[in-house]
Amino acid sequence: MSSANTAHSVVAPSDTSKRVAGTIVIVYALITLIPLVWIFLTSIKSPPDSISYPPKIVFTPTLEGYCNLFTTRTRQTPDYIAALPEPTSTCDEVTRKRNMVIAGPSNFLPRFVNSLVIAFGSTFLAVFLGTLAAYGFSRFKVPLADDLLFFILSTRMMPPIAVAIPIYLMYRELGLSDTALGMILLYTAVNVSLAVWLLKGFIDEIPREYEEAAMIDGYTRLQAFRKVVLPQATTGIAATAIFCLIFAWNEYAFAALLTSGQAQTAPPFIPTIIGEGGQDWPAVAAGTTIFLVPILVFTILLRKQLLRGITFGAVRK
Amino acid sequence: MATPAPIARRVRGLSDRAIAWAFIAPAITLLLAINIFPLLWAIYLSFTNYRANRPNAAVEGVGLRNYERVLTDPEIWQAMQTTAHFVFWTIVLQTVIGFALAYLIDRKFRGHAFWTTIILIPMMLSPAVVGNFWRFLYEPQIGLFAYAASMVTGIPTSEIRMLGDVSLAPWAIIIVDTWMWTPYVMLICLAGLRSIPDYIYEAAEVDRASAWRQFWSITVPMALPFIMLAVLFRGIENFKMFDMVTLLTGGGPGSVTEVASITLKRAAFESWATGRASAFAIILFVAVFGLANIYVKALNKVKQR
Repeated sequence: MSSANTAHSVVAPSDTSKRVAGTIVIVYALITLIPLVWIFLTSIKSPPDSISYPPKIVFTPTLEGYCNLFTTRTRQTPDYIAALPEPTSTCDEVTRKRNMVIAGPSNFLPRFVNSLVIAFGSTFLAVFLGTLAAYGFSRFKVPLADDLLFFILSTRMMPPIAVAIPIYLMYRELGLSDTALGMILLYTAVNVSLAVWLLKGFIDEIPREYEEAAMIDGYTRLQAFRKVVLPQATTGIAATAIFCLIFAWNEYAFAALLTSGQAQTAPPFIPTIIGEGGQDWPAVAAGTTIFLVPILVFTILLRKQLLRGITFGAVRK
Repeated sequence: MATPAPIARRVRGLSDRAIAWAFIAPAITLLLAINIFPLLWAIYLSFTNYRANRPNAAVEGVGLRNYERVLTDPEIWQAMQTTAHFVFWTIVLQTVIGFALAYLIDRKFRGHAFWTTIILIPMMLSPAVVGNFWRFLYEPQIGLFAYAASMVTGIPTSEIRMLGDVSLAPWAIIIVDTWMWTPYVMLICLAGLRSIPDYIYEAAEVDRASAWRQFWSITVPMALPFIMLAVLFRGIENFKMFDMVTLLTGGGPGSVTEVASITLKRAAFESWATGRASAFAIILFVAVFGLANIYVKALNKVKQR
């Protein structure tokens, strides 16, 4: 941002207008952050604090929500609990205060691992296939290229439930229902369209002369692609991968309809976390926090490429 | 630009044509297998009485009867109206707020890049997971939203039943969607505003055009292709809306927030009327496909800027 103070142009906004604009934008930004801050605060509240009226801003933080997220618990008599040996962890202690003992791990961790496996698996495949196809579209005269590219993009626009009906039947026939492989293939198909469009834009920006020079020096086309184009496209590939990762990570509709146990991901699982007498909000908030933190990090890493990603590579600045 | 002779290339490796196809074919094959084949299957099913919960029952062709039933079903028309209401208001709110924010950010106040990133956060999050948490914020007694709304309006919190009240529930989902997606419209509008060269404003300044006049004759028309792009994309996405509404209201109370995708999901995965649901899915798909076509044209138009 070195061009901030370039000239006293007649069209540069005045200081007052800057200050007013800045204030409004900052107020808006702070308001939109409230729900996210509230998720985090709820995750470190005790269940009674989380549902107190009026909503509590000052409270004693506790890890109870996180403990409840990762464990299942059973109610016990005070005598039974008193007879137990010393608690070995914070979670033990917190749980016993509620007259309960930890019975075992909850399903959150396996669901979270499913999310990781499916998101990374499908991202890897989508970026791999997408890079190849994008290079093909970028460098060669492909017959009907525009139609093929439109076809590729239109598959991403399909309503997920409309796609899920035949996929459900197909996966049932093929034994892919409720498997990580089935979800990886499905998310790859959805993401490959974004990957092709985005990466084509990035590869279009790499001058053809680089490869041509390499080929004159004796490289084959494939060698030139591997040793010249791929290193140049690293940023683009990384940005594309993060977009694919975020989509697969956040996806709910397919996951809810096509997985039920084994391969269920975190988004359909988190809303089902219940405690005694309804939704266990601190645990839900804890799960939500853990689930959202990676996305926050990626959003900040991606901030310069966001515009490109959400417009399929059409708007670049 | 020296292009090697075709023969020379063939000697050293695969021909360009072969490489082009070898590179493109895997992606296309995957899309054919996971998207197009199922779609053709759905088209076939839409002409039958097939029910997915009775895979062994005899499948009979029913001609166009499924389509006829879908198009004359008052529930489906109701769902389409609900969807239209949702799409219309989310687009209006997001465009107005998003453009206003973009305009303000374009004043380039100190720290604008940082605050822009902050504003963008909600749109990257999972609509399902965050939508689920909004249920908590909307709780009448204990929810933060109800509490804040009651402070502002003076209405007791127990009466602000955002998700339970027939007249409030549609707005509850509109609010969450607007919170999430206004940044999207803002970001694209910002790109539109930044694409307007300074010299146009300088010329207008020389001609003594008022700020108001400049806004309506330069800023808005020149940013319009970008605004259209954002509107189209949000329109397509919200026309398909499923996850956030499912978790917030599940279509209720009654069916006041039952958007098209939820009706479709019920027909397909609760009533198991696979044939009829497929017909409905095809109709929705044709509608989205039409919109997508317009969207791609808009994309290409913006790209040329």
